[in-house]
Amino acid sequence: MSLGQRVATDHQLARLLQIGAVLEEVVESRAYHHLDSFEDEEGVDEDVRDLLEHAAEESAEHRSRLEALIEDLDAETVPYEEINKLVEAQYAQTKPEDFDGLLYDQLCNEETAYKFYDDLVEAIEASESEFSIDRELVLDTLRQIREEEAEGVEEVTEVMERRA
Amino acid sequence: MNTADQYLKAIYLVQRMEDGPAATGALADMLDVSPASVNEMVGKLQDRGLVDHEKYKGATLTDDGIVRAEDALQTYCIIERFLANVLEVEDYRGEASALEAVIDDTVAERLDTIIDRREECPDCFDAEADQCCYLEVAAGESAD
Repeated sequence: MSLGQRVATDHQLARLLQIGAVLEEVVESRAYHHLDSFEDEEGVDEDVRDLLEHAAEESAEHRSRLEALIEDLDAETVPYEEINKLVEAQYAQTKPEDFDGLLYDQLCNEETAYKFYDDLVEAIEASESEFSIDRELVLDTLRQIREEEAEGVEEVTEVMERRA
Repeated sequence: MNTADQYLKAIYLVQRMEDGPAATGALADMLDVSPASVNEMVGKLQDRGLVDHEKYKGATLTDDGIVRAEDALQTYCIIERFLANVLEVEDYRGEASALEAVIDDTVAERLDTIIDRREECPDCFDAEADQCCYLEVAAGESAD
């Protein structure tokens, strides 16, 4: 067991980026499952629909940026279809009961992603190790994604406040 | 998972294995730190009411400490299960130990939405084997 909070090797960095990519895949897949769940319902709040569509698109975009880094580290990403199947398998047990629950789920997604990238940036900054890929490129990418997750938290909070 | 939670989890596991207080040496071995570091942290945990420490015997979790340790062990279990079953990492135990300090509980909760974990977790965690006794590792290609 290690008590360090540093990212010291290519392998460890690749693994953490893989986890980030899976988190994005989970967000994307859950957002589409939420959208499917109220496809036939009337009176669906357009703000909520837009929010979920935007979240899914943004996650796909984040994932592709992470995948590019992972590939440069000679590692692979778990294909989206595989994660989608896992989300599918557990979704019935974990899906929100109503729109407020759904927004809360979305808020958790954005906050979790923010926290993940924030911790990862901190762990890389705390390490003086050099990686086989440009360290600044990794940090820039992660900081940018972190910023977009922070905006995501704000967007969900605004929709929640409008509905309150 | 923060350092305090890693210590609480280690005390919990050593207590289970020893069926008694967790000795400083055993904790130092499990956490790969010096006995002096263990004593310092155990003292802090005692001040926070999470651990009782008896000289020459070792540390015992209080009720509050047990709750925190079980949460930490659940988080660890999620990480291990995720690495073994989703990323198909061969050395999932070693990597879970290395990553637990960087993976926050909220992140583990999200990962938990795609893994299959039993309700009795963490009671089904085998301390000796350092993994859930129900964890099945699929033979397949790793995402390395």
